[in-house]
Amino acid sequence: MHRLLRCALRFLAFALPVWVGLQATTAAGAETAPERDRQRLIRSFAERFPGVALEDYVYGAMIANRDAKAQYEQIMEFPPFIGDVEQGRKIWEAPFRNGRTFAECFPDGGRNIAGNYPYFDPARGKVITFEMALNDCRRANGEEELAYGQRYPMGVLTAYARTLSDGMRMSVRVDSPAAQEKYEAGKALFFRRIGQLNAACAGCHLVNAGNIMRMEIISPALGHATHWPIFRGGEELMTFQGRFKRCMEQMRAVPYGYASEEWNNLEYFLSYISNGIPLHSSVFRK
Amino acid sequence: MPEPIRMRVKLDGDVADVRVLIGHPMETGLRKDPRTDELVPIHFIKTVTAKLNGTPVMEAQWSRAVSRNPYLQFRIKGAKPGDEVSISWIDNRGETNSTAARIPPG
Amino acid sequence: MNRLRRRLLRAGLAAGTLAASLAAGLLRPLQALAGEWPKAAFDATDVGDAMKDAGIVDPAATEDILIKAPEIAENGAQVPIEILSNLPDTRVIYIFVDKNLQPMAGSFALMNGAEPFVSTRIKMGETSSLRVVVQAGGKYFMATREIKVTIGGCGT
Repeated sequence: MHRLLRCALRFLAFALPVWVGLQATTAAGAETAPERDRQRLIRSFAERFPGVALEDYVYGAMIANRDAKAQYEQIMEFPPFIGDVEQGRKIWEAPFRNGRTFAECFPDGGRNIAGNYPYFDPARGKVITFEMALNDCRRANGEEELAYGQRYPMGVLTAYARTLSDGMRMSVRVDSPAAQEKYEAGKALFFRRIGQLNAACAGCHLVNAGNIMRMEIISPALGHATHWPIFRGGEELMTFQGRFKRCMEQMRAVPYGYASEEWNNLEYFLSYISNGIPLHSSVFRK
Repeated sequence: MPEPIRMRVKLDGDVADVRVLIGHPMETGLRKDPRTDELVPIHFIKTVTAKLNGTPVMEAQWSRAVSRNPYLQFRIKGAKPGDEVSISWIDNRGETNSTAARIPPG
Repeated sequence: MNRLRRRLLRAGLAAGTLAASLAAGLLRPLQALAGEWPKAAFDATDVGDAMKDAGIVDPAATEDILIKAPEIAENGAQVPIEILSNLPDTRVIYIFVDKNLQPMAGSFALMNGAEPFVSTRIKMGETSSLRVVVQAGGKYFMATREIKVTIGGCGT
């Protein structure tokens, strides 16, 4: 008990200043520096998880669970959802009615681009996610948008399309005051208590990362944005915003909607703080 | 139209390491379709046969307790490049599928 | 005339079926006969009955069956397991999950150069012993490993 207490206090000694520090910059309205946030978070998590390389945060809670990581590796070596990703490949490669394809909407045929999303579009004054960019492509080619939050076709499409960027480091940019406003809004949501459980994302995924709640090891926010979609139990396709929905419901909060400003901004914040971590899409989770 | 069988064969000396990922729902009959709230009928692979150049090397008999999109790995001693590894299965509905591949050089 | 043939003839195999003979335990699961799916063994809801129905007799505990399996399954629908038998003349590997509704998960008959090794992924309904039986040299051997299955809160 004494050892646990010491451990908890030691972690709080690092996490609380980060929380307070990150909150303070917002509250004071001072010139914010997302990069300063990111460095602070990396330092904080490095204290919490000594010896874990930055790129390993793509494994989420498994950085604290060797048994889970071993199962992940066994399953990822030849994943049961390989057929779903194949379905996505067919959609990605199928020409639109005008004969063009998704690949033509993006540089390098869509390879090594996912790390640039989300991005802030000054023309539209909002954050655009990877899925939204896929729909931008469809609209630009005279096709109807695909619904978000559905396994087919948008889910499997992104399950394939994002793998074209596997290994690319997250490289989200926040390089204007307008963009930073969205970043800050996302950060504010991350720290806001929500729902009947009155819980903030930060309360679990910052302060309690690596600890156990409801028999689950809590994953660190660092790396959260790097590994989507996931296939829960190797079967259920879930996107990043799909996880926001599930989590908000579990906090007994009314979820925002797919591609809502709130979730896009949250995704923007979470992606920025994971800059530098190589992406790995379409992965197994429990 | 059955889902595909994906097979990867690697030769290490004269031992062929064969890894297979079979597309199949492996329904237990205990799961409810979330859209209809009806039980999805039992549908699973009963027998898997692996052969090297037409000679059986492994015959597996399965229950519905084998996972969805089942994975199978086994090894065959005495294999060489150019040998053919084949996999076939039959399920409880009598549906079948098979695939074959030649062993690449080690 | 050899003893097995005499027994079979006495059991009326002349007109009998392969399945009946297998079920009656008269025939060992020889290489060429693995085509019959042992319904009784797969349907049995008790692991002892399942093993009996599969023709397993007096399995002896052994350390020569190596099981690689998780301590706590990440997801009970996809539990990866690897089995390596160091028993000479390994012919068949049987897999049982004691607490599953029907404990027999599968069997793998190996022949003509197949190594005594198999890896697959199984479903487990709850924390249970994984029970591996190997038929080698005409005898049966057994090893078990407990695998925990949990249902977490946020994981669902």
